[in-house]
Order: sequence, then structure tokens, then C-alpha cells
Amino acid sequence: MYPHTHHLTDQPILDVRHLTVAYGQLQVVDDLTFHLHPGERVAVVGPNGAGKSTLFKVVAGVLPPTSGEVQIYGNGPSKHLCIAYIPQRTAVDWRFPVNVSDVVMMGRAAKMKPFSWPTHNDYQAVNRALEIVDLRNLSGRQISQLSGGQQQRMFIARALAQEAELILMDEPLAGLDVPSQEGVLALLETLHQQGVTVMVATHDLDQASTYFDRILLLNHKMIGFGPAKQVLTTEKLLLAFGGKLKIVDADGDLVTLDDSCCHGGED
Amino acid sequence: MDAIISFLIQPFSYAFMQRGLIASILVGIVCAVVGTYIVLRGMAFFGDALAHTILPGVAVGYLVSGGARETLFWWALGTSVVSSLGISVISRNSKIKEDTAIGIVFAGMFALGIALISTVRSYAVDLSHFLFGDVLGVTSGNLWTIGIFTGFILLVVLAFYKEFLTVSFDPILATTLRMPVKLINTALLILIAITVAVAMQTVGVALMVAMLVTPAATASLLTNRLPKMMVLASVIAGASGLVGLFLSYYLSIASGAAIVLICTVVFAVTWAVKSFHRKQSRL
Repeated sequence: MYPHTHHLTDQPILDVRHLTVAYGQLQVVDDLTFHLHPGERVAVVGPNGAGKSTLFKVVAGVLPPTSGEVQIYGNGPSKHLCIAYIPQRTAVDWRFPVNVSDVVMMGRAAKMKPFSWPTHNDYQAVNRALEIVDLRNLSGRQISQLSGGQQQRMFIARALAQEAELILMDEPLAGLDVPSQEGVLALLETLHQQGVTVMVATHDLDQASTYFDRILLLNHKMIGFGPAKQVLTTEKLLLAFGGKLKIVDADGDLVTLDDSCCHGGED
Repeated sequence: MDAIISFLIQPFSYAFMQRGLIASILVGIVCAVVGTYIVLRGMAFFGDALAHTILPGVAVGYLVSGGARETLFWWALGTSVVSSLGISVISRNSKIKEDTAIGIVFAGMFALGIALISTVRSYAVDLSHFLFGDVLGVTSGNLWTIGIFTGFILLVVLAFYKEFLTVSFDPILATTLRMPVKLINTALLILIAITVAVAMQTVGVALMVAMLVTPAATASLLTNRLPKMMVLASVIAGASGLVGLFLSYYLSIASGAAIVLICTVVFAVTWAVKSFHRKQSRL
């Protein structure tokens, strides 16, 4: 119902060129250039404040870039309906009087005509989405009564109901226990099979290298972009995380990191 | 039996009590529905302030018309719409935080209103009508205005249900669905402004925040669904209007205050029962 653009399918699903975003003097995203093909899974890795959320918001068309440009299938993002941004769980008002299927139905809002209510089609789309994320039996539950993993899966269902082709997830694994993390990561495979492109901000280098096709290593500037083997090198990680990184070299290439301390980043 | 019936019916044998009852119920419903969004979005202070800012408009209308009440609604409506847009512009375009901007506009306008009304000799009586409402002074002309605007507000809330819901719950989602988020937010501010003008005569500016917040807050304790919350809040507010008028008639207390007190008691009881149950279920 709201204005949106058609896709030029010979163009990359996401094409970022010389993107810079500044808040006043501070350049949060500094001259990024990369592009993604449909169906790719990309982990965006970087320390806190590296510009991951800002990048996602610009790609979603929520924030305007300071300079450079972002194109989705050949057009700027601000009129596309195919981009879903999944917020950090801390950014959501969980007491809001909505249940799981209400939230997933919000993803349908753009498909509905003005002044209209959900049709049979919309309910079917919501139920299909809930089945994919395995929440059908919790559809009537108020959202604060879900576990962290269920909350995250609910938002993935909302993105599916929206018929999103590019899903941006901001730290979806933060604060989840290991089984919940695996539930969310397993869904990435399902999304991949459906041809959905996924960008996930994460801290976990181990998961980034296991579950994603490519890794975008970010600390304001792009430090690296490519398969895990090329990007997650000690040299590049030190460049991205600076002194905040703790590298544990066990069994050849297992790397863990800790950037929860409080120092500011150094370029 | 007859005694009970006549006890219940007698107050409403007067035409002014009938008009007061209809006005209280309509205002209760519209405040409850719009108030649901005020509660969910944490705009209680904005609602309270907006109610107070209409005083200078009402005062000017009162002075211009030489004390007539019929046109006051339009003065109130104009002032509240201008104030609500003014507050949003000041808080959006400056270094001043939103609640500070609200505080400045609120107090300045309220003082101007009192200053204007104090130029009239019978000022104490008139001021108290504006501050605390005069539901028994509602004319049939007022009633038509209240009815038409209540209908309009409910229609808008219904027609743009998914837009108001999405923008309130997740503005970023609303943006990625390419909804006109700023326009929807502005529309909500204008709805609140109209509600304030509609409610002015029954509860007055000083008590209005109670009608905007208390029934909706009570309903939020009772349900986890937005449409149910709106219906429950309306029922609570309408019933409080009815009971409040009885109280006002038999105990000779100010009607606006009586209605607000009933709303508050309903909230307190609901809250106490809910807290008790929660403790019980934890044991």
C-alpha cells in the first residue's frame, strides 16, 4: 500500500559504495564498499560501537547516509519493502499488549490495503511463518512470556511474514543460552534454502566462521570481507579489536575474544 | 424495590443530568481509547501538559464572547492542536529534551490563561469551571460537538489501527514497511489534542490526565491484547462516569472530581487484587 520500487534482478541484492555515516564529527561508518548476492549469509563482526547497528539502519533505509550510497537491487533502500531489520532484544518494549501472532502480523501491514484488516491470506502467511520458526503452539502468548530464543524466532517469523529478501539481525545471539543460539542458527540454514539474504551482527567468531558464507570485519572502516579463513586472521582481528581482543589459540585455529571491557577503540 | 428504582432513576429525571451522563460516557470512551496509546507510549506528562495549555485559548474565547460557553470548544480545540504541534517542533529541533520542552510550554501557557481570566471580576467561579469541569452545564449544542468529535476520533483510531500499533510498538519496523512514521506520530498528537478539547467541559483541564491515563492503565492490568485493552478501558471509564454522577448528585461533590475518584478507586482495587494474586501464585 505504501510506495515501493521494483527490483532490477540483474543487480546485487545489496550494493554499498563508499558509505560514510557521521554523527557530528564522529565517523561511525567510514568509506565502506561491498556487495552481496541473493541468498548469502554474512556475519558482521566487530567490537561494540564499531558501526554495525548504524550500517544495518542505513541498509534498511532507516538512517540516511552522510555520503556514499546504498542500493538494493539497483535502487536506494528507502522505498523497498523487502528489507527486515530485527532489533536487539533490549530495544523492545516486552510489556506491550500484543501476542506472538500480533507481532508477526505487523510484518503483513505493508501488504494490506489502507483502512483494511487482515484477510485470510494474511493469517495464512502468519501461520506459515510461525510454523517455520516452530512457534505455532505459542502464537497466543504475550511476548514477555517467551524465552529469549523464542523472542528472536518470533522476529524472524515477522520478517518471513513481511516476505523479506534481506534480513538484518542485530546481535540476535546476545544473551541467549547455547541451545537457543543453536535454534536461531539452525533457522539461518532454512532462510538460506529459501534464498533469503541474511546479515547478522555477532561477537562470536567461532559461530561466524561456522555458520556464515562470508564475514565482514568492521571497526568503522572495513578491515576485511570474505570467507572466514581469509578474514579471521590474527593480524586483521588485532586491527579490528585492538587491545580489547584476547586470542586463544587452541587446536590450530579456535579463536575466542573478549571485548566487553571499557576502553575506547583505537584506529 | 420501587425505592431502589427511584433512587437510581431520580437523578436522571433532570435534563441537565441526562446530558451530563451522555457527555461523561462519551468523554470517558474517547479518553480511554486515545489514553491507551498515551499509556503504552509513556506520554502521560504530555497529555497532562496539553490539557493545561488550552487554558489561555479558552480564556480568550471567554473574554471575546463575553462569558458565553457555546464557542469555547473551538477555542480549546485550536489552542490544543497548536500547542501539541508546538511542543513536538520545539523538542525535535533543539537541544532541549522533550519533557523539558513540555514543562516550559505547559507552565507558560497555563500562567497566561490564569492571567487572562483574572482580569474578569467573577474569575474564581469561572476559573474553577475550566479547571475542574462543569459536566452539569453541558448544553445540547455541546453534546452534539462532543458526539461528532468522539465519533471522528474513534473512526480514525479504527481506520489506522495497524499504523498506530506498528509505529507505537516498533517505529523501525514501521519505517522499513515504508509507513509515513512522522505523519502517523503527528496524527496521534492531533488526536490527543482533539480529545483534550472534547474532554475539557466534563472533567476540566486539571483532572483530565486522570481520564487519559487511569482507565487505560487499569485495563492494561487486566489484559494482554490491545483491542481488549481499549474496550475494557472504555467500559471502566463509561461506568465511572455513571457512578461518578450518582456520587455527585447524592453527596453534592464536584462531578469531575467524583468521576476521577471512581476511576482511581477502580484502578487501586484492580491493582491490589492483581498484586495479591501474583503473590499467591508465587507461593
